Amino acid sequence: MEAAVFLLFGLVALVSAIMVVAHRNPVYATMSLVVTLVATAVLFVLLGSPFLAALQILLYTGAILVLFLFVIMLLNIGRERPSGARTTAQTWGSVLLALLLAGSLCRLLWDAHSDSVPAPLEVQFTSLRGVSDLLFSTYLLPFEMIGLLLLVAVVAASWVARRAEGEPPVDPEEERP
Amino acid sequence: MSVPISGYLLLAAVLFAIGVIGALTRRSGIAIFLSIELMLNAANLTLAAYSRLLGDRAGQMVIFFALAVAAAEAAVGLALFIGIYRLRRTIDVNRLNLMRW
Repeated sequence: MEAAVFLLFGLVALVSAIMVVAHRNPVYATMSLVVTLVATAVLFVLLGSPFLAALQILLYTGAILVLFLFVIMLLNIGRERPSGARTTAQTWGSVLLALLLAGSLCRLLWDAHSDSVPAPLEVQFTSLRGVSDLLFSTYLLPFEMIGLLLLVAVVAASWVARRAEGEPPVDPEEERP
Repeated sequence: MSVPISGYLLLAAVLFAIGVIGALTRRSGIAIFLSIELMLNAANLTLAAYSRLLGDRAGQMVIFFALAVAAAEAAVGLALFIGIYRLRRTIDVNRLNLMRW
């Protein structure tokens, strides 16, 4: 059962990840990333972290990717134009590089963990109580600092994206270069 | 039948490599950003797999903080794209060559 779910959602994650990098329309690429992240959330459940799966769906697909969609629509970004000859060489070079990276990573991980047996699953590990006990005791200081970081990021983002005085608003109908 | 931990690790490695291809080949700033989120997600999957392997909740904590930092990073990055778009009317990274030698 677990193997079937893993194979199904692993495959879904892979296919939609390829869609993310291959699709020229940014809205479709973002929606494919949503599918990848939901499939990864299912894998988190299989790995015994349902709290993280819920966070992944709430935070990533609920907040971050909606922000992406807002910006794509705000800036009216169209399809990417097909690339010239120079970028094609760049494409093949980077595909080669990524294959090399994936190959060596897989080899290393396989050598190290092909016969590793996971530790027995404890209630402390999967339960929300176990996770939040740790979060609000050992990791209390980082938790508060993350809150500060988010506040700083919000202030910085709204400052950077503001309209300067006297600048006309961005007109989506305007002819783009 | 349970899945070996190496299955999750290999899947995460392949997802990361796909993200690398995207970040290196795409030219729209948003698409590059999406690829970076994909790589971040693959790293999170690796952390979850190791957390399960070792039976240690600290891995889950790191993923929690990585998610929060990803939210902050996305907010600032997208604000930068809006700012660049105001100045240059494009976010094609090949046209943003102000700092090229």
